[in-house]
Amino acid sequence: MSPEKNSSSHDHGHSHHHDHSHLTDIDARVRALETVLSAKGYIDSDAVDKIVQTYTTKIGPQNGAHVVAKTWCDPEFRKWIERDSTAAIHSLGYTSRQGEHIEAVFNSDTLHHLIVCTLCSCYPWSVLGLPPAWYKSPPYRSRAVFDPRGVLEEFGLVLPPSTGIEVHDSTSEVRYLVIPQRPEGTEGWTESELSRLVTRNSMIGTAVASAPGDRR
Amino acid sequence: MNGGADLGGLMGLGPISVEKNEPLFHAEWEKRAFGMTIALGACGQWNIDTSRYTRENVHPADYMVTPYYKIWIDAAIRLMKQRSMISETEIETGTAIDASAAVNRKLKASDVETVLSAGGPANRPAQGRPVWQVGDHIKTVNNHPRTHTRLPRYARDKTGEITKVHGFHVFPDSNALGLGEDPRWLYQVTFKSRDLWGEQGNPLDTISLDLWEPYLRALQ
Repeated sequence: MSPEKNSSSHDHGHSHHHDHSHLTDIDARVRALETVLSAKGYIDSDAVDKIVQTYTTKIGPQNGAHVVAKTWCDPEFRKWIERDSTAAIHSLGYTSRQGEHIEAVFNSDTLHHLIVCTLCSCYPWSVLGLPPAWYKSPPYRSRAVFDPRGVLEEFGLVLPPSTGIEVHDSTSEVRYLVIPQRPEGTEGWTESELSRLVTRNSMIGTAVASAPGDRR
Repeated sequence: MNGGADLGGLMGLGPISVEKNEPLFHAEWEKRAFGMTIALGACGQWNIDTSRYTRENVHPADYMVTPYYKIWIDAAIRLMKQRSMISETEIETGTAIDASAAVNRKLKASDVETVLSAGGPANRPAQGRPVWQVGDHIKTVNNHPRTHTRLPRYARDKTGEITKVHGFHVFPDSNALGLGEDPRWLYQVTFKSRDLWGEQGNPLDTISLDLWEPYLRALQ
């Protein structure tokens, strides 16, 4: 990743913004491509709109937060998701692609789970939506399997040395969803209140669930 | 293939760049490239493993600096060119010139919801029994195919433990090459960090991968 000139505070090192004339070229090429593919009858631009709209509005980390909050609140659901994650998650309506086969993995005081795809960018779309750029980036993919503790520290998460880490490299069509630990001080909270504490990163394993604070 | 996409354990790539309040898409072209990639997949002219193989089959230096959705759309373009669906001249001029190739189907807007919801499971009706059971210790193969595989370099020729039998799944190494789905037993295999990374590993940590039966051998 080449360092960018005139970098703004965000996104240092991403290749997305580093060369604006290049980006204009991509923009024009992708537009031309869409015109040709539509004219040749391979795609329908309305369908492309609908796909983008679905992942912008319907399929995102709110789905996974629902799964996690239900797992925290509902002992029967917890048993089910421990036994058959795919069926339990599908029962909530989250059946869409890149979630056909899902394994929920459960954080505890002694074990913390971290998800990566070193070979590409496999990610549980059905429950987390599309992955953030860092998840797909070479620095994360290269290091998550080799130095997970260093990676977590970069995300501001320092685990006790006695906590083991299990890294899941998503090499097949099975997708992984981390069930973070339920934060203390949330006794009596409803499922929807709890779901607000469940961040996307806590379901990848690069964070823990948010503390109660003023989220209720 | 030992390509630029097989990144596990590579060093020197610098810190992880996390963008605060990252938008879902950084530019209009990313939206269109993403949506078109999904819509083109529905044409049925290639499978997901062929897509992954095409995406990773670029110069490693290019792979590492190319925005992700550009990797996707570039791969889709290569797949379409191989199948005579489009030409470079057509893209450059933004005009359909040659006759269209026949495709299996075209995704309609009204079907998007159903198609996305249905997904595309990779498990197939089981044939035979899995060779390995949970608790068995195995060794991964030392194999470096020039074509697509899902056994990363860092986990080859290593000892691990079967921790789950996932089922009977499409085998990417065959499917990527258009040789059929060739389904095989798929296992979760858990490796000790020290067995993969030696002294640099952590005695408490493990790494789990999902690996198909042809990647596994009995311990000698």
